[in-house]
Amino acid sequence: MSTLRTEEMTLNMGPQHPSTHGVLRFIVRADGEVMREAIPDVGYLHRSIEKIAEKVGYHGFMPYTDRVDYVCAMFTNQGWGMASEKLANIQVPKRGEYCRAIATEFNRLASHLLSVGTMGMDIGAMTPFTHAIREREMINDLIEELCGARLTFNYMRIGGVAWDLPPGWREKALAYLDHFEPILDEYNALISYNKIYIERLANVGIISADEAVNYNLVGPNLRGSGIKWDIRKDLPYSVYSEFDFDVPVGKGEWGKLGDAMDRYMVRIRELKESVKILRQALKQIPAGPVLAKVPRNFKPPAGECQIRVESARGDMGWYAVSDGTGYPWRVHVRTGSFAAMGIIQKLSQGLMIADLVTLIASLDVIAPEIDR
Amino acid sequence: MQELINNIVAAGTFGKMPETLVAAIVIIVLSAVVFLGIAFPFAGIVSWVERRVWARIQSRVGPNRVGPNGFLQWLADGVKHVCKEDVIPTDSDHQLFKIAPYLVVLAFVLPWAVMPFSSSLILADMNVGILYMTSVTAITVVGVLMAGWASNDKWSLIGGIRSAAQIVSYEIPAGLSIFPVVLMTGTLSMQGIIRAQGWAPQHWFLFANPFTFVAANILYVSALAEGNRTPFDLPEAESELVAGFATEYSGMRYLFFFMAEWGNLFIIGAIITTLFLGGWQFPQVSNNAVVMNILQLITFNVKVLFLVFVSMWIRGTLPRVRIDQLMSLCWKYFVPISFVNMIGTAIWVAIWPEGNSVAGYIMFALGIVLAVIFIQRVMYYLRRSRMELYFRPTI
Repeated sequence: MSTLRTEEMTLNMGPQHPSTHGVLRFIVRADGEVMREAIPDVGYLHRSIEKIAEKVGYHGFMPYTDRVDYVCAMFTNQGWGMASEKLANIQVPKRGEYCRAIATEFNRLASHLLSVGTMGMDIGAMTPFTHAIREREMINDLIEELCGARLTFNYMRIGGVAWDLPPGWREKALAYLDHFEPILDEYNALISYNKIYIERLANVGIISADEAVNYNLVGPNLRGSGIKWDIRKDLPYSVYSEFDFDVPVGKGEWGKLGDAMDRYMVRIRELKESVKILRQALKQIPAGPVLAKVPRNFKPPAGECQIRVESARGDMGWYAVSDGTGYPWRVHVRTGSFAAMGIIQKLSQGLMIADLVTLIASLDVIAPEIDR
Repeated sequence: MQELINNIVAAGTFGKMPETLVAAIVIIVLSAVVFLGIAFPFAGIVSWVERRVWARIQSRVGPNRVGPNGFLQWLADGVKHVCKEDVIPTDSDHQLFKIAPYLVVLAFVLPWAVMPFSSSLILADMNVGILYMTSVTAITVVGVLMAGWASNDKWSLIGGIRSAAQIVSYEIPAGLSIFPVVLMTGTLSMQGIIRAQGWAPQHWFLFANPFTFVAANILYVSALAEGNRTPFDLPEAESELVAGFATEYSGMRYLFFFMAEWGNLFIIGAIITTLFLGGWQFPQVSNNAVVMNILQLITFNVKVLFLVFVSMWIRGTLPRVRIDQLMSLCWKYFVPISFVNMIGTAIWVAIWPEGNSVAGYIMFALGIVLAVIFIQRVMYYLRRSRMELYFRPTI
């Protein structure tokens, strides 16, 4: 048998593949079922969004930011809004900030629900996906009432938000949160503590705390490795310093610290924290205007700024350079998914092919956010 | 069967045709009726039932447009697939590619020959019935492997190889789990095994002794694995291999694979029902043979369909295991436990050659306790979830 010649098989996973969460390609070198390596190949969804910003101006760029990450578009809206406001030194009214916080936290719920749902689907269980999507639909309904769109919201403006909360919306949102919280326990009982589910997720794609920092992971991926770092808590922006919430981190309860199960459970626990924040925000929201006076011909003084937003996929950085005209000179977005792609090649070594799917889902990468 | 042929020959319906030719015609016609009239529609209807059941588990509605409650959806799908182009990839092995679906369907239709629907309704009561059943269902692996190889697609190949590894491995615990029953009855005939049981649950082999109870469960799980069902649907894992061995197939050939999969559910259920759940056994309420046969037919089908429903339930609930977990489950747990079952049953039979009726009652009582605990657990989650429940089967 020792003379039997064997060779590795090169598999092409994607760009059209149900588990790559968009147009994303992996070149997998596999020895039977065991992967030697999976090399990510990004760029299939590149739309030059950063370059577009230089041509459409500050106000006009807002709808484009939705497309940076269409699963949690509120955060990209907010990121661009905050960057522009910082350039021009505009103060957002208090109610506007609260509207932003409410909208983004609802969006975080929707995004995390999609993430945990597709996690179930990627390891072969369809039911959790439909249950998560059912809840996400209701959130989409709420957001639709708020801003008229269900996916690419375009809700925020430079200096606040476009529309105030509609009449009666606050009660509806609170009622939804009452409905949603017990469902989370049900979801956990249904899938999170399922034996097969834990077996599939635990000890897969272990990222140590050092590795997570070195590879520049952010958001739930970083917290899954046990590092308590949340922009909302550590570098508070908007009105997050007024809310009382925890930052859940991975504890390695089912396997080693920093495995796929930890990242998954961080998302599940963040759902609870978001509900907590939403309850406080909906209770404390002050009266007043939602949009600051911003000139239609928006020309911030020359300069540059960098802001950070804690999006559903982690620390999202917006860097903008103004040259004093109505068009930004340069815009750059730093996204969590792109950073997460870097570690896949290392983590994939020695995993099974089926685990690559788990790994991608646990890192919660979204193709448009990688390429922009 | 033979009597029927003799009668037809004696009646002279076919004139002076040789007897063997008449026999062949009768067999072909009967087989066609059974396969086209029972097996294929069953597979189709199961596909509809599965989609509806699955939809309910997932809080969806499911197909409800074609016919009453979408009942004719399976026909519409069949017609659609027949009308579709039969794409054969240029670089594939054309001959193997074309043959593969037929082999899979063959493995699905052959077991129907020994399907014991009632005390009289059986095509061929072979003395090696259950052995025949397990061996012909194993032909599936040839078809699936052939499909995976001939597609000339790496993902399909992985699907085919996975399927081969899985089916061949799980044949062993499945085969070993049949042995306890054979040891107790001393026959391999389907009817013989059923006749050795009674209609009451305490006389079923499921509750005959602790070993058979374990064997029944191992057999069911192994049969799910052999039938490529969730949680063992690795060969067609849609999120990893897209559709595995069936990726390159289209049209009717594609449908053949899935028809075989759905139809196999009935065969899995029939094997378990025959071996462990008393088959068609029904209390002797009438001396009329026709009435009794109908009652037995209903009994058999109710038991089988319950098992089919359980497999749909499992599919709606569980995620998929990984290939190494699948293999370790088989070789580290199922195979040793199956051997223990076999030896344990042999000792049991040596001690109580006629069976132990007290053990039957005790096991049955324990079975009821298990069922009650299970139902209570389900009710607990139902109460806790505070979800609105819809018990309307039709929407």
